[in-house]
Amino acid sequence: MSLVLENIGHTVEGESHLTDINLNFESGSFNVLLGRTLAGKTTLMRVIAGLERPSEGKVVLNGKDITDVAVQKRNVSMVYQQFINYPHLTVWENIASPLKLAKLAPSEIKKRVAQTAEMLLITDYLQRKPLELSGGQQQRCAMARALVKDAQIILFDEPLVNLDYKLRESLRHELKSLFKSRESIAIYATTESAEALALGGTTCLLHQGKVLQTGPALEQFYHPKNLQAADLCNEPPLNRFQASIHKQQLSFIQDISLANTLHLKELVDANYHFAIRPDHLTLQSSNQPELVLQTVVDLAEISASETYLHVTINNGVETLSWVAHLNGIYQFHTGVTLTLFAPLALLYVFDQNDNAHTWPNLLEAKH
Amino acid sequence: MIKKRLGLLAYILFVLLPIYWLIIMSFKTNEEILGSLTLWPANFTFDNYITIFTDPSWYMGYVNSITYVALNMVITLLVALPAAYAFSRYKFIGDKHLFFWLLSNRMAPPAVFLLPFFQLYSSVGLFDTHLAVALAHCLFSIPLAVWILEGFMSGVPKEIDETAYIDGYSFGHFFIKIFIPMIRSGIGVTAFFSFMFSWVELLLARTLTSVDAKPISAIMTRTVSASGIDWGLLAAAGVLTIIPGVLVIWFVRNHVAKGFALGRV
Repeated sequence: MSLVLENIGHTVEGESHLTDINLNFESGSFNVLLGRTLAGKTTLMRVIAGLERPSEGKVVLNGKDITDVAVQKRNVSMVYQQFINYPHLTVWENIASPLKLAKLAPSEIKKRVAQTAEMLLITDYLQRKPLELSGGQQQRCAMARALVKDAQIILFDEPLVNLDYKLRESLRHELKSLFKSRESIAIYATTESAEALALGGTTCLLHQGKVLQTGPALEQFYHPKNLQAADLCNEPPLNRFQASIHKQQLSFIQDISLANTLHLKELVDANYHFAIRPDHLTLQSSNQPELVLQTVVDLAEISASETYLHVTINNGVETLSWVAHLNGIYQFHTGVTLTLFAPLALLYVFDQNDNAHTWPNLLEAKH
Repeated sequence: MIKKRLGLLAYILFVLLPIYWLIIMSFKTNEEILGSLTLWPANFTFDNYITIFTDPSWYMGYVNSITYVALNMVITLLVALPAAYAFSRYKFIGDKHLFFWLLSNRMAPPAVFLLPFFQLYSSVGLFDTHLAVALAHCLFSIPLAVWILEGFMSGVPKEIDETAYIDGYSFGHFFIKIFIPMIRSGIGVTAFFSFMFSWVELLLARTLTSVDAKPISAIMTRTVSASGIDWGLLAAAGVLTIIPGVLVIWFVRNHVAKGFALGRV
């Protein structure tokens, strides 16, 4: 069983919402659509569900073109960001409604509703109306209704956004384990890269209606194909600078030799975009080839046991705003000058067209 | 405290005095009504009511009125529900203008439409039927109903519709099983307004009927006869005219309160 999107394009009133989407979803897979608001995640889901007909391309399920199949006949289910339940029906009736419509035997309906309710921990609330429940329970009810009918495709459109932090973590965890034993295709849309990473599975990066990159979540995180993809996957975004390479010398404020840095020494002489992750900047020298940067502190944001240090760097041509993500709590006054170290071995290199040229060797080290 | 109570008492007195007077008049004889000022009927009589309930030319007035009012309510809801749904869910060219100008009929007094309706109904043979009055009243009640219902429907998120389709509901099934129960307050309010308009409207109802569909309000004017005005009978008819309105308000009062709070009333 597989779902294939072929050259999907969607234009509404002259405005292009999706362009040239080619994706492949395998049965039993958990897929994440990662993109900012208005990236086209919801539109893509609506196309898959059959709520919207794409202006171009085909939706193919198990080798059969279902582009023109009505939503009622598609055997999909969907969970929205808002808690969507039928307010005049009890939780039990809500969960049972897709089964009743599928004309299942009453005993079977009872069994399945009980099972699903137990899975989502709402057995105690089955006789209540959805609006009498808390937000988390309402969303559990909506999820139960989506899961109960064993749909081939289950779509989650940012289902946890309206929940508080704690609930979000536990529900996300449950969701992941729920899908381990399922044969259906799950597609989950989110704006947060951290959530995409936590869910794992295949991640598809969407940007302005186009697919930037697809693949395992970790790979996208460490090996972004271009700068947009890198920005989507990293929060705060990568720190960037432009510099030229001449005869294995990197000129950025100071000249530094690349001869001892494995992934940079082969670079042809040219201008490049370089980038470094905020968590790779350090306050201490690593005694390896590195950029030594004089910075001015703008703001030190402290969150629990981490510090986000917003700094500016003047390279003589322009002022760059960077963020350093430091472990531990550091208090700096605004305007203080500070030396930060950027190890060359951790630099990302992008060419002038924003496409990735080489990545630092991070993924292998993690395995 | 006492001042507040006095104020309330005065309010009730002023509001209910005309109704009280109407009720006691209906139990008096004409001689007593014309003869002296009495706060309570000296000769308590049911004769006025007995006349109304036994004389077909009287009680048929009520039957006629209720028939066309009910017909008006049913037609209004049947037409306004799909129309309001279209306005709340779909975009089409000129939808906003059309929605606003729906109310244009209500900007003119009903009397303006007397002549066209009279002429039209006479020529197509609808004159003096319940349907004639109901349809004429629909001209005023449907736009208002669409306006009110659209407010309630827009309060229901579109995702509910979509979730229902995904669950497997067909459009009709969804509309009846899910959507209508969700906007029942709005339907209550709409029914109330179209009832009220149709029940108290006199001009169109009287002009478009002669014998077979004559409404009670028109029949009441019949008491002006050669022998003078039959005050007691008229009062009894008035009391009986209030009752349906009171009943309807009683049944929809919760919906109306909710409707005033939520929707577009």
